Amino acid sequence: MDITAATRRALIEGVADSVIRHADELTGLDQAIGDGDHGINMRRGFEAVLADLDRLAALPLPEALHAIGMILVMKVGGASGPLYGTLFMELGRGLPVTPGLADMAAALDAAVAAVKRRGKSDAGYKTMLDVLIPVLETLKSGHPGGLSGLAAAAAEATRPMKAVRGRASFLGDRSIGHVDPGARSSALMIGAICETLEAAP
Amino acid sequence: MTGNVGIVIVSHSPDVARGTADMVRQMVGEEVPLAWCGGASGGGLGSSVEAITAAIDRAWSDKGVAILVDLGGAELNSEMAVELLSQERRDKVVVCNAPIVEGAVIAATEASGGASLDEVRRTAEELSPA
Repeated sequence: MDITAATRRALIEGVADSVIRHADELTGLDQAIGDGDHGINMRRGFEAVLADLDRLAALPLPEALHAIGMILVMKVGGASGPLYGTLFMELGRGLPVTPGLADMAAALDAAVAAVKRRGKSDAGYKTMLDVLIPVLETLKSGHPGGLSGLAAAAAEATRPMKAVRGRASFLGDRSIGHVDPGARSSALMIGAICETLEAAP
Repeated sequence: MTGNVGIVIVSHSPDVARGTADMVRQMVGEEVPLAWCGGASGGGLGSSVEAITAAIDRAWSDKGVAILVDLGGAELNSEMAVELLSQERRDKVVVCNAPIVEGAVIAATEASGGASLDEVRRTAEELSPA
């Protein structure tokens, strides 16, 4: 798939706008089971990304992803900074300039593994991985239709889970019954990416 | 600058980080390179890779630097900051799995006696349940 500068720009704007638009919702989710700053932190990170939009969109896809990851690492301020930063930087490391579906699956596979290491986390721990792993499995299957809905449903499926990592784990059983804010922000990003790529010329 | 291991304190709150550093200075003295940081870049509670990197630089010692953190984000951001250091510095910085206040005081006490980075870390981590 040829990802033009215009598409890169639309992807970055789409992901950033979606996160920023839902910042209050993410903070609300985080107030229930975390330290209540996920939306604030993510908004700060993606506002910094948007402030650099012209430069980022002009970079080839791998370099753009790596640069976005670095901005998130530097600006987000919470645990989500290194986690999302690692995700984007690893995607940048793994993707070719013109990726096909198999390239995307392979790059996401490596990026998910890096996020697992960074967060000392895995599937079922009530984290962003509970969205990213099902998305990865779908990409690997070669039939990525309905990915956006799948990501949203995967985020919702964190509701009955008990948190094992992060601040939410301090709550133990009381973390059950709330959607994980990191799972929700991941689903928002996947949704924005799908929407942009479907609309791309 | 002394030949002792340096200590870096990373909290979500600048007040906690500064207060912990005050305790270390008062209880251990000036023998140990010490730096702290707290709060997100641009204000508010959180931790900043940029600020942590700068703190590591301020507390730098050729014997290494031990970082004490409070909660998840501070730990992850500290690990990230260490990974972004130059190759020759990276191997001389550790993030201790220890409570921030007690860990900082114990680690600094150990460091002030000339202990190695490994000994400083081990002593701090004895405070954490296995």
